[in-house]
Amino acid sequence: MGALLVGLYVFVLAIFVGFEIITKIPPTLHTPLMSGANAISGITLVGSIATATRGETTVSAVLGVIAIIFATINVVGGFLVTNRMLGMFGGKRKR
Amino acid sequence: MSDPLSSVIIPLLYLLSAVLFIFGLKGLTGVRTAQRGNRLAALAMLLAVVTTLIELGVVDYRWIAGGLIAGSVIGAIAALKVEMTAMPQMVALFNGFGGGASALVAGSILWARIVEPGSAGTASALLGADSATTAFLSIVIGAVTFSGSLIAFLKLQGTIGGQPTLIPGRHVVNSLFLAASLVCGVYLAFFAPTPGELAIAALVLGALGLLLGVLYVIPIGGADMPVIISFLNSLSGLAASMTGFVLGNNLLIISGALVGASGLILTQIMCVAMNRSLGNVFFSGFGGETAASDSREYSNVRSYSPEEAAMVLESAESVVIVPGYGLAVAQAQHTARELGDLLEKRGAKVSYAIHPVAGRMPGHMNVLLAEADVAYDKLFEMDAINPEFKTTDAVLVVGANDVVNPAAETDPASPIAGMPVLKVYNAGTVMVIKRSLSPGFAGIKNGLFENDNTMMVFGDAKKILQELVNEVKSLAA
Repeated sequence: MGALLVGLYVFVLAIFVGFEIITKIPPTLHTPLMSGANAISGITLVGSIATATRGETTVSAVLGVIAIIFATINVVGGFLVTNRMLGMFGGKRKR
Repeated sequence: MSDPLSSVIIPLLYLLSAVLFIFGLKGLTGVRTAQRGNRLAALAMLLAVVTTLIELGVVDYRWIAGGLIAGSVIGAIAALKVEMTAMPQMVALFNGFGGGASALVAGSILWARIVEPGSAGTASALLGADSATTAFLSIVIGAVTFSGSLIAFLKLQGTIGGQPTLIPGRHVVNSLFLAASLVCGVYLAFFAPTPGELAIAALVLGALGLLLGVLYVIPIGGADMPVIISFLNSLSGLAASMTGFVLGNNLLIISGALVGASGLILTQIMCVAMNRSLGNVFFSGFGGETAASDSREYSNVRSYSPEEAAMVLESAESVVIVPGYGLAVAQAQHTARELGDLLEKRGAKVSYAIHPVAGRMPGHMNVLLAEADVAYDKLFEMDAINPEFKTTDAVLVVGANDVVNPAAETDPASPIAGMPVLKVYNAGTVMVIKRSLSPGFAGIKNGLFENDNTMMVFGDAKKILQELVNEVKSLAA
């Protein structure tokens, strides 16, 4: 259970870090924050890569490859769409 | 463990990635630093993927490469092609894929470690109670996120109705399915004695998760979408965290927790903006009994032509534009900005009032107006602009309804009683551009439309705004 406890410590502390950072966000950036955070949740991609290594058509490998596709859509799409939105916010402070 | 690469360097690279994620999120909290923050987070993701590939060493990369390429192409095309007005459904869809991936990873691990080797014994005996429990949570949360986000996507896309779909006795049904999935999960983690039974339990659990996502999101109507999208965002983070517990990977735990926390905060902000609790959003379903008994008969509604409205705007020294979901539907953000610029050129002070839940996701209106090149220092939050309405000559409400309904303040029996609203009724003249007198999402009458200082201009938002632009121009000539 040692690993679980360490994981729990990390989990709880990270939640506090998240709360501390995000409570300061201005409403203007709510959408980019959400889609950016959304892209970060695609971190599960790391897990899916580890499970898709066998290169066979076993159930686990197939699930892993589908997971890679799903997570990559989340990651690439999420970061790009956030980048697009933020591009519109920048460069026109005063008109 | 003696190998320094796997015992020291790899974990340090993951730690670096987690730190970059935190800096990235921190960047996203300021307009000036947001672009850099997002790129930093993307860099952190790349680092994490590369680190994982290093950790794996020499394996068969064909499947991994294929999956990465397919996902990148699909994600990139979707992200670059989507219209800004369709952003809420795009965010929902991406979110769903993230949740789905977490559930699939947990399933894949169960198959790889238990079902395929044909190991005898329960999951908790083979993987440890912690991994078994988090695997079941990962599957169910991930599946709920996936199907819930898909339903939200379909609702926002207009494929299925945005009105709440209320199934009789749904609270009982939902609770039963929730209980069933918990029982199934506990069975999967602690009691399934053979690989075959474990496989069946995992499949049933996944199916129950998908069903729960549908059941919980289907009753939720359009105006509650900002809450539900934020909440699903939070869930996808939690699912990633649970997967991190299963894999014993702290980077997943940290990143997932960050996203979970940010989603929860947004959910909370949205709930406060509607004066409702999360439970109320999930369980009440507007448009039911209370709304049906409410009179929707209007009297004293005066309809004006764009020409008459333009004359008022033309002589106003201060104008506040209040955008709502109708603006997004009509894709009228550019025309609204054109009108705003025109009035400003003629000497009026023009600002935009943004209600926190205007639109279908947090910050929806801000993104649309940013796309239309409205400087963000002209956008004002509700609390900042509410005192200003008293000294405002003209307010132009474009496609907003419930967020400007005075009943929230005056009628304690109203379903939206207590919800903070924009006090537009204090202004000299209120012009409301609306397609018809149909009630807003809450299904209630809006007394604002009957006020003596209110001018209703009926029609499509974009068309009316364009006519206003033309009329103001011709008045000037």
